[in-house]
Amino acid sequence: MGKRVLGIETSCDETGVAVYDTEAGLLAHTVHSQIDLHAAYGGVVPELASRDHIRLLPALVRQTVRAADCRLDQIDAIGYTAGPGLAGALLVGAGFAESLGMSLDVPVLPIHHLEGHLLSPLLSADPPKFPFVALLVSGGHTQLMSVSGVGEYVLLGETLDDAAGEAFDKTAKLMGLGYPGGPQLAALASEGKPGRFKLPRPMLRSGDLDFSFSGLKTAVLNVVNGVGWKADDAADLAADFQEAAVDVLVAKSLAALEASGLSQLVVAGGVGANRRLRAQLDRAAKRKGWRVFYPEPELCTDNGAMIAFAAALRFERGPGGSPGGAVSVRPRWPLADLRPPVEPAGTA
Amino acid sequence: MRILAIETSSEHASIALICNDEITERTLEGHANHSEKLLPSVRELLADSAIGLHQLDGIAFGAGPGAFTGLRLACAAAQGLAMGAGLGVVGVCSLEALSLQGEGDAVLVATDARMGEIYTAAYEMLDGAPALCGAIACIPPQEFELPPHRRGWFGVGSAFLVHRETLAERGGTGLQIGLPYARVRASDIGRLAAVRVAHGAAIQPEHAAPLYVRNKVALTTEERRERGGRA
Ligand SMILES: Nc1ncnc2c1ncn2[C@@H]1O[C@H](COP(=O)(O)OP(=O)(O)OP(=O)(O)O)[C@@H](O)[C@H]1O
Repeated sequence: MGKRVLGIETSCDETGVAVYDTEAGLLAHTVHSQIDLHAAYGGVVPELASRDHIRLLPALVRQTVRAADCRLDQIDAIGYTAGPGLAGALLVGAGFAESLGMSLDVPVLPIHHLEGHLLSPLLSADPPKFPFVALLVSGGHTQLMSVSGVGEYVLLGETLDDAAGEAFDKTAKLMGLGYPGGPQLAALASEGKPGRFKLPRPMLRSGDLDFSFSGLKTAVLNVVNGVGWKADDAADLAADFQEAAVDVLVAKSLAALEASGLSQLVVAGGVGANRRLRAQLDRAAKRKGWRVFYPEPELCTDNGAMIAFAAALRFERGPGGSPGGAVSVRPRWPLADLRPPVEPAGTA
Repeated sequence: MRILAIETSSEHASIALICNDEITERTLEGHANHSEKLLPSVRELLADSAIGLHQLDGIAFGAGPGAFTGLRLACAAAQGLAMGAGLGVVGVCSLEALSLQGEGDAVLVATDARMGEIYTAAYEMLDGAPALCGAIACIPPQEFELPPHRRGWFGVGSAFLVHRETLAERGGTGLQIGLPYARVRASDIGRLAAVRVAHGAAIQPEHAAPLYVRNKVALTTEERRERGGRA
């Protein structure tokens, strides 16, 4: 029988819990989204997020362990998101996980939220193999990483201002679309035709692998505030915005593969759900004979499965942290600071 | 009866172990960051007393009102420890715990709630057990009123430090400001919880919750617009 790892994710506005078995794979996972809770506020309210996490987390753990057909005393290790994210929200998961680990007397592993995202395509039926390039595109991050193993991440480039998802969200807001904006903007874009509005492709030819999205958002603002703007044009403008953002993401991803000599691209994070991005990446990669991997659709947004999985990979390769230690979280935590798990002494 | 009690609702955090009549309490040194010290201190306290989590009858936590993050830390720790050890949980109101430090049979507890407000509750002592009169409130000190049915209230809590004059004026001769420096003690949380556990009132960890009292923490887009601000 494999080792069973409980995963807990509370970094932002999703409470996620999962049980992963190192032999049988994912046994169960549950996600509770707070989108409805925050919608009336026009964005995530950190205090309300924390309140909702503690209201639901213990019950979700009980329920998910039962759904995995096991008992709490059959859990071999616990992984939880220790950062980056909202401090108060992270503390709920960390406090609960460390305490549960202490009472069950099992190792507890603090996991980096983005490591969870970037390893999550490995959970699919046809997974990529190390090494690969990862494009992380979410509401808080836009990064290209070279990934050669668990904990072996080299930052190739990142956004200098807004994250891609943030640009989708802010642009949606200034166009008067509802919350959360990214998916709504993408839906509107699919009804429009790109090409009417000349929007910039920021840093397309910067010669490096960095991004910038705030200028693109401003360009849309100028169109909306400009003379002759008609609400009827919204779908076309959305399409042009999406086209510009996707162009840059695709070009830099290809450049990263080219520069690193790798042939697999892993896309993770909420913006990875964007259909246009997927279509353009797939098309460009195909021409080069490269492959693009995405997480299963249900694992694209925040979830406990990716945390359980990342914890399991680390737990198999090295010792877990001893439970009952400090409950500490890292709201800011560069992914490139991570290290590979240390093999236990004598098992070289 | 064996109870572990956790209290982190303010910067003065403590934990306590109640073993029948024997009570051991430890304060957590250092400021704001109780999260670093909490679990190692619990482990140490249990080890020093040679008691395992599984030998406890329940876990108590200071539910609030108080600093939100601290309330959640105590609650999450109680939930995690209890769930793994198969124990029940009891959340005890921090104001009620403070009332145990009062004198006489009528104790008025008021703590600083920041943002120009106070948390307040009145307790009458019946055979040494506090009984809440009315409701726990979060109000500006200018709106503070003593329960009208009696006089001779003994005031406890930090609000009497921060809003001393206002509260003295509002309370008049019916109120004696007794202990403005009182801090919530885990031992009191544990004592009150022990009675409840004995009466079978411990609950499953997933049903435990902080007692925030202040529930309006943000304005909706609609409300911001009504106040003339930006959406
Ligand atoms: N179809 C889509 N097209 C464009 N953007 C999208 C789409 N679906 C979701 N998004 C964007 O993805 C983001 C949410 O992704 P995710 O949940 O991975 O990130 P996050 O939790 O906000 O940030 P992080 O994980 O970096 O802390 C939002 O900005 C959302 O607008």
